Order: sequence, then C-alpha cells, then structure tokens
Amino acid sequence: MRIGVVTFPGSLDDSSALRAIRLAGGTPVPLFHASDDLKEVQAVVLPGGFSYGDYLRCGAISRFAPIMSSIIIAAEHGFPVLGICNGFQILCESHLLPGALTRNQGLHFVCTDQPLTVENNSTPWTSGYSKGDRLVIPIKNGEGSFQASVETLRELESEGRVVLRYADSNPNGSKNDIAGITNARGNVVGVMPHPEQAIEDLTGPSTDGLTFFTSVLHSLVGR
Amino acid sequence: MATIVVEVMLKPEILDPQGQAVAAALPRLGFTFATAVRQGKRFEIEVAGTPSAEQLAEVEKAAETLLSNPVIETFVVKVEA
Repeated sequence: MRIGVVTFPGSLDDSSALRAIRLAGGTPVPLFHASDDLKEVQAVVLPGGFSYGDYLRCGAISRFAPIMSSIIIAAEHGFPVLGICNGFQILCESHLLPGALTRNQGLHFVCTDQPLTVENNSTPWTSGYSKGDRLVIPIKNGEGSFQASVETLRELESEGRVVLRYADSNPNGSKNDIAGITNARGNVVGVMPHPEQAIEDLTGPSTDGLTFFTSVLHSLVGR
Repeated sequence: MATIVVEVMLKPEILDPQGQAVAAALPRLGFTFATAVRQGKRFEIEVAGTPSAEQLAEVEKAAETLLSNPVIETFVVKVEA
C-alpha cells in the first residue's frame, strides 16, 4: 500500500509522517509540491509545518501548489486525504474542508500532550478506533482555533462530521471544541493534533496516533 | 501609475486575539481612548496608468481567491492616486 506525504517549502513533519506510515506497515512515498505527479499512491498525507512561512494565511499559498490540483481532483473522487495541522489548514484553504483555522485564543503557541475524544470512526483514517475512545496526542500550533459559520457548525454536528474533539479543556478557542473534521463523503480528514508524533513509546506521550495510519491501510485493503 | 489598495479584515463574529492584545496594551502606555481594536491587512498593488474597470474586477477576484479567505474575512478594494 503506497501512501504519499507531500513536502512543501516549510513542511516540518513530512519525515515523521513517512516514518509513521512505514511503522504502520505501509510503503511511504515522498511527494513534492512542485510536481502534479501522485506517483500511484493510494492515499496522501499533508503534513504539519509552516508551508511558505505561513505567509498571507496558513495554507493559503500551498493551496495553489501543482500537487494540490491533483489532490483536489482525486479527493473529489473519494481518494483518502489526511491533513495534519498545517495540512488541515491547507485543506480548509482548498475548500476540501469547511471552516478555517485562526490565531489561538490567548495568542499562545500551544505545545502540549492533548487529551482528545474520537467522535467519528467511519472515515478511512479513524476506522480502527471506537467512538468515544480517549486519546493523548501532541498539539503544536499557533493558529489552531477552528472557526466556521453557525450553519456550517450545525451541518458538521448534525452529519456527525466532527472526527476529534478536545477533551478536558479547549486549548485554543476552537468552536465546539473541534480538533478534527471530515468532508461530506468522509474521505478527507483534517486534524490539528499530530498523530504521527504519537506512534512510539520512546518519543511520544502514547502510541494512540498509529491507528490513523493502520486504519487507512486496512480501509484500502477492504476496497 | 496608480495604487490599488485591498484592505482585509476579520469578520466581526470571528475572534481577533491580536486586536484584543493591542487593545489591552494601549492603556498600559497611557492611551485610554480605545474601547476595542480589530487588526487587519492592507495590500498595496501598483499598476501602470489608471486602473480600468476590468483590472479592478480582476483585483476583486484575486482578493476573493487569494488575498482574503471569505470564510473568515471581508475585503474592500479602493484606488489611490
């Protein structure tokens, strides 16, 4: 199973995402922003970081990278896409996901091991979890406050499209404690926490994040 | 030569922590006039000659697709001599 990870200028967690895919049992495939070639991958991860220096708005310039035109077309046909942190911001700017990520309430860059609750386990990226599972996964961002119109929030909630919610306390002022969402079809998922940083006991607060990567491998086998 | 100015502001319902931080800093310097501050962005786009209606329409389109995010922001386009 070939899973791609896109490197943009300013990506930071691309190598961690590639490593997580390998540890989950997949074949990690590095993809480059300046090419529109998806190299026959079966799913793609947009990693964390500060693509294009977060200039203008986080993810605003990456959205127009050549690789994104291929990803947007593929995503509209059901191709699994996971955006982590900056990747989530890029998915919102690309209009593959609704809403936007704005400056954290309190202005702090928040870097912490964050308790989360799994709300939706019907996406290809979360199928290995059970609804209600409690996870601890690192968050590290300055612009992670999820904002959307009242109508969009109502739609996300009524259609069960909130994937992850912050548990215990809301670190950044996100509406409805939202930490991750999915599109109507369920193949595109964006999360602010970093599952690729919670895959090994040695380096992470838990191994709770690995299930994102094993889930997508299982869903691809089942196709 | 003219300058087309695009001003981008967060929508009123979107929390602006940067503006709040500025509002909180002003009284510490003795400036007591502000009841609230909102912070935005200003783009100055230079064009040759007087901008045509088509050019302004193009700038509007660019403001909508790249310079602002309509989910959270509004913008205005103006011409300055």
